[in-house]
Amino acid sequence: MVENDRWGTLLAHVILILGVFVVVFPVYVAIIASTQESGTFLRGVMPLLPGSYGWENYRTVILEGRSNAGAPPIGLMLWNSFVMAMMIAVGKIAISLLSAFAIVYFRFPFRIFFFWIIFITLMLPVEVRIVPTFQVVASLGMLNTYAGLSIPLIASATATFLFRQFFMTVPEEMLEAARVDGAGPMKFFKDILLPLSITNIAAMFVIMFIYGWNQYLWPLLITTDDGYYTIVMGIQRMVTGGDSEPLWHLIMATVVMAALPPILVILFMQRLFVKGLTETEK
Amino acid sequence: MQTKRMTFNSRVLPYLLLAPQVVITLVFFVWPASQALWQSMLREDPFGLRTTFIWFRNFERLFEDPTYVNSLKTTAVFSISTTLLSMSLALLFATMVNRMIRSRDGYTTFLVWPYAVAPAIAGVLWWFIFNPSVGIMPYMLKMVGYDWNHRLNSGDAMILVVIAAAWKQISYNFLFFLAGLQSIPQSLIEAAAIDGAGRKKRFWTIVFPLLSPTTFFLMVVNIVYAMFDTFGVIHATTEGGPAQATNILVYKVFRDGFVGQNLGSSAAQSVILMGIVIVLTVVQFRWIERRVNY
Repeated sequence: MVENDRWGTLLAHVILILGVFVVVFPVYVAIIASTQESGTFLRGVMPLLPGSYGWENYRTVILEGRSNAGAPPIGLMLWNSFVMAMMIAVGKIAISLLSAFAIVYFRFPFRIFFFWIIFITLMLPVEVRIVPTFQVVASLGMLNTYAGLSIPLIASATATFLFRQFFMTVPEEMLEAARVDGAGPMKFFKDILLPLSITNIAAMFVIMFIYGWNQYLWPLLITTDDGYYTIVMGIQRMVTGGDSEPLWHLIMATVVMAALPPILVILFMQRLFVKGLTETEK
Repeated sequence: MQTKRMTFNSRVLPYLLLAPQVVITLVFFVWPASQALWQSMLREDPFGLRTTFIWFRNFERLFEDPTYVNSLKTTAVFSISTTLLSMSLALLFATMVNRMIRSRDGYTTFLVWPYAVAPAIAGVLWWFIFNPSVGIMPYMLKMVGYDWNHRLNSGDAMILVVIAAAWKQISYNFLFFLAGLQSIPQSLIEAAAIDGAGRKKRFWTIVFPLLSPTTFFLMVVNIVYAMFDTFGVIHATTEGGPAQATNILVYKVFRDGFVGQNLGSSAAQSVILMGIVIVLTVVQFRWIERRVNY
């Protein structure tokens, strides 16, 4: 620090504490609301201190659900989200590693052409080509399947770029040594390149898991069978489904359950998360 | 584009390695995108029996349609407000955290996790806080004499979705600003301090200009986020209402395509959105190239 200014530092702390408050407040409210009994919300504004129905509410949403209010039990939805997020994260990493390997370590006709085809995916998020993509998936018979939920989101230019960038920094000597020892391309890939990329893979995994877990529009479109609902889209059905006032205590319990897994991933892998985020975007 | 100096020789293997990525890209990206281009020039009769090729008539209709023009304006207001709000808060927090030494990691942890919250969930959270009958904010606003109702008042609805969308994005911007601030050499700041520049002056004349690459990058990313990733915020809360007040472009494509079944118009809207994404991407890449020189 250039100068020691006590009041400035104090002010900075005050601003940051306010900032943390703003950031934490909505989730605090959700947790509080999830511990109230159903009648609380009919009596007017919600309280700011926890009630004593938390255990009961969470048990209800996880095991029973409220089918009359458009809410199947969320246990299955959590599982579906997990499967989808894992398939997307693992699939993206696998196909991106392979294609980055091909682009960096081989010279072959149409290399640039393929590079551009992959590059296009970076430019067009699912949201802008919803209807035609839906038609393709429908005609392939992939509605209401895990494959339909994950495969169309698996192609990712970002991961390919990250791995390409990383492979370019791997010293040339590695390849020379491997070739002198008579290793073929796949052996080099498996025994040298993969172990070297392990931190990058982990960082990518954190980002892609969160990306997959938080998908909303895509599962909303291609699942009509509630056996394949994911948790994030399921919440919307609880909010708008049913005729009565929304059952806030149950909705908020679901919201907490839906937000918890990716938040835990970030908190426990903060270093990897920051690395993944700042490196993929550059 | 470079490869390694020394490469493997194989005629078939590289194609096999590329195959999964390329097949998925062709089937789920290139094919649908070209379908959208084709459909945007077709018109289906109401029973779906006959389609006619009508060139750019769908696009002309869109720009003649007041709800589309309104949606363009709404999108502009929404994405600019979201970007400004979340970037300025993030910059404020990042500058403050950058002053701290011992508490830096603690604050960072608390400010970072909303990144993990899905946009749809962020929407539901704020929707609940602002709910006219049980929410806390309307209750407090009533005490200062403001009657909040985002179900009827379009201004309130817009503020609600902007807050929800910006809240989720603060952590992302914060991380990038913090990284940018930490890469500014301390010697520059010390030199300015010796010349008698106060904290405020140092920030606006040295720190802020040096941050401009980060700021520009974040601006593009945030606008893309606000235009496309916020579908969940809108769909889970206001559903475009009241009176089209929050009907942003992405939401309208979805509504016209799936609810309204107006495929030609929806495809034309998709094509326009793709155009916007491509322009934004090109802008960003042009800028990255320039940054390398500088």
